[in-house]
Amino acid sequence: MTTQSIKWFWFSSPATFYPLAGTIAWIAGVLAVALTVAGLYVGFVVAPTDATQGEAYRIIYIHVPAAWMSMFLYVVMAFWSAVGLAMNARLSFIMARAIAPTGALFTFIALWTGSLWGRPTWGAYWVWDARLTSELILLFLYFGFMALQASIDERRRSDRAGALLALVGVVNVPIIYYSVQWWNTLHQGASVSLTKAPSMAKVMLLGMLLMALAFWMYSIAVIMIRARCEIRENQ
Amino acid sequence: MNDLLYLNGYGFYVWGSYLVTFALLAIELVVLRKRTQRK
Repeated sequence: MTTQSIKWFWFSSPATFYPLAGTIAWIAGVLAVALTVAGLYVGFVVAPTDATQGEAYRIIYIHVPAAWMSMFLYVVMAFWSAVGLAMNARLSFIMARAIAPTGALFTFIALWTGSLWGRPTWGAYWVWDARLTSELILLFLYFGFMALQASIDERRRSDRAGALLALVGVVNVPIIYYSVQWWNTLHQGASVSLTKAPSMAKVMLLGMLLMALAFWMYSIAVIMIRARCEIRENQ
Repeated sequence: MNDLLYLNGYGFYVWGSYLVTFALLAIELVVLRKRTQRK
């Protein structure tokens, strides 16, 4: 076994992870504030008004990053659940538990901001469109995960049951992502993808990416703090 | 200032999005802070 892998296992112990999580939370928190300020400055001061959507498009700076985080956090939660089930590692289950509320929050934000963006652009706050419906299912999956874990008293059983639900539910993430291609939806296609050049102005893209990084840092900070609470409460 | 709030008629939708988003993030932080202080 190499020195590197020994270090990873060393940090997989909740007791050694605890102080590290505190340091990460602090750094990520500071970065989140700085990136939010920069992102809002670019989004509201530097970026011009959109030619077709007018000022309504400015919702993009929180809507798209929140939607990305909602899906990304679910995948990370499912990943830790899988590691927890495979290796029976306590810290993995703690991570999955710590991620769920923040994931649910970003899913709600994506739905809320999408709804407020839909009204001026589509004429409706809500439509039963494939993208919106699959994102709503994601919110229910997060709620289901938290409710299932809260309903089982015995910690190990609760961790394993939640992990299974997280793994089954991960199938919904590609459905959300590809829904705009697979079905005829009202929702527009991806603004940014790995295979195509972005379909938006560079300055708008910069503002959106800064906000995405800000939400990412915020999530890391909050999840680390919650993981520390979980460790302390279950010693 | 009024222009910024009005945003060509889109103020309600844009500020409604930002206000709720940052309020929810702030609530999450407050709840978490209370949890960390719990003995």
